[in-house]
Amino acid sequence: MIALLLRDLRLAVRAGGGFGLGLAFFLIVVVLVPFGVGPDQALLSRVAPGILWVAALLAALLSLDRIFALDFEDGSLTLLATSPLPLEGVAWMKALAHWITTGLPLTVAAPPLGFLLSLAPEAYLYVFVSLLIGTPALSVIGTFGAALTVGLRRGGLLLSLLVLPLYIPTLIFGAEAVRRGADGLDPFAALLLLGGITAGTFVLLPIATAAVLRINLR
Amino acid sequence: MLNVRDVTCARGGMPVLSGVSFAVPAGHALILRGPNGIGKTTLLRTLAGLQPAISGEVTYPEDQGAYASHADGIKTALTVTENLTFWAEVHGTKLPDTIFDTFDLADLRDRMAGTLSAGQKRRLGLARLGVIGRKVLFLDEPTVSLDGFSVRLFADWLQNTHLAAGGVAVIATHVDLGITARVLELEPFKAAPDAGGGPDEAFL
Amino acid sequence: MSMWEYANPKRFMDWTKPVLPWSFGLAGACLSVGLIWGFFFTGDDFRQGSTVKIIYLHVPAAMMAINAWIMMLVASLIWFVRRHHVSALAARAAAPIGITMTLIALVTGALWGKPMWGSYWEFDPRLTSFLILFLFYLGYIALWEAIEDPDTAADLTAILSIVGSVFAVLSRYAVRFWGQGLHQDTSVPVATGGRTVDDTYFYPLLFCFAGFILLFIALVLMRTRTEVRLRRIRALEARARRA
Repeated sequence: MIALLLRDLRLAVRAGGGFGLGLAFFLIVVVLVPFGVGPDQALLSRVAPGILWVAALLAALLSLDRIFALDFEDGSLTLLATSPLPLEGVAWMKALAHWITTGLPLTVAAPPLGFLLSLAPEAYLYVFVSLLIGTPALSVIGTFGAALTVGLRRGGLLLSLLVLPLYIPTLIFGAEAVRRGADGLDPFAALLLLGGITAGTFVLLPIATAAVLRINLR
Repeated sequence: MLNVRDVTCARGGMPVLSGVSFAVPAGHALILRGPNGIGKTTLLRTLAGLQPAISGEVTYPEDQGAYASHADGIKTALTVTENLTFWAEVHGTKLPDTIFDTFDLADLRDRMAGTLSAGQKRRLGLARLGVIGRKVLFLDEPTVSLDGFSVRLFADWLQNTHLAAGGVAVIATHVDLGITARVLELEPFKAAPDAGGGPDEAFL
Repeated sequence: MSMWEYANPKRFMDWTKPVLPWSFGLAGACLSVGLIWGFFFTGDDFRQGSTVKIIYLHVPAAMMAINAWIMMLVASLIWFVRRHHVSALAARAAAPIGITMTLIALVTGALWGKPMWGSYWEFDPRLTSFLILFLFYLGYIALWEAIEDPDTAADLTAILSIVGSVFAVLSRYAVRFWGQGLHQDTSVPVATGGRTVDDTYFYPLLFCFAGFILLFIALVLMRTRTEVRLRRIRALEARARRA
């Protein structure tokens, strides 16, 4: 299974797009927000946690359709299905590769971008921690959505429609943790619930993803 | 080694082939013949376990089946060696050194797969079969876009390496591979237009 | 004979044909009684005025919005376990009705909210939960529409409805965590048996509940019959192409 992870990471680095695009998109969304909301620092500071989380979520969404589509087109997915790897493991590794190429860079990039939005000084730590805990869930849920739409020619839009509602709990707990941190309240409960979602999705959702892949490969 | 008993398989909700039965003993190959659309691909996918049969039974040693079609899972951004190594690792086997010579890939080892010609890619795809160490091969038009020389390379590997070692192959092809193999005409197994058993049957 | 026999497409068409007019008729009768009684023969609330009467649409619609989803989930599970086509088609048939109920609940909720809370929309946990439910319905319906092969679509939407249900419940708790509610407590708490609405309003409301349930059943049966016919056309066409 590690071979699959390493292959996907290698492909992401070589084919480009994986690391760069999502991150660039994240940057642009965060930069655009002050143009829309206005330069008022107090206002920006209030909305900063939400903006960072929503932007991270959209950036993660951007690269989801590539998770299975390429492997489906060139037949790798069929071959993987007949290989000794369990499809649950394939789903898991795909999610992990997506997180390493998307979620992790976003997590690292978010605190510096907080400066652009005059994020409260107390909140920087929580932006980082909440994204670190929460973005894996975004990848796993997204992998499920990608599996659902893998056989469809124009699945991209449908994928967003399917995945975004599933992102709601993660978004609420993630942004709430940062907001509480910024207000000097205790963000521990929100972080704990966020961690619960991540752990739960990591354990259970790959089973559903594998079932979906089997159906789509029929 | 491979036993197929009374298999009916469907495409798009309707049965295409019914009552297909044959057995292939170790070391032998079977060639499927029939006009386009008869259901060769459907049958091969059913045998490989990628889609469920409507009825009937397919038995072969567990975890020994491998399916190969024109989509051979080659990653254009990986080199020839990396492509093969990946499949070897997935299947927990070691990359045999001879594989590059067998499929005439020795000079291409470090080339990106994306820069290969269609025929070279096909050879790389077939070389995967020599890497994964599976005994029961289901091959769908394996020689598409291969020249005469490459077809002989592949047939040679199939006969002298795979089958000689006790493997089994079921091949759908229109080309004469030049290997000794039984031929199975699929025309007699064509399902009647009103054959029941497909997922749509309940509605008819 | 097992009860599952009724799920055979042909048998389903047979037994639903006579049931359909009855269920529509009963639904119409219950709704007429409930709404006319409720709108014209109950007094105004001393605090809410006549706006309280929106309850006769709002609460039953909200209830059916959730029940339709639960019905979809159960039908999907039956399809998954027993592979009854009618079950999958009934789930498909229920979704547009469910999303309409959700929309009615949202719109009437907003209209009720204006005089009560002073604004059409508040991110109140209950209203927000319905907004989220609306999004889940949207995704479910879109997935059905997008996939051509009917059995694949049935399988995939079934899995989506199961996963979606889990996330819908999660979202509900997340939303509670996130905001404080303006919404009044549930009008008819089933578990406790007590209720927070006065008898005057309660009896017409019961008729409306019954009417909405019957209307839902009638609509689902009608739409499922259409879906069964569509599948039959598809199957006949496939056979004709092969002949």
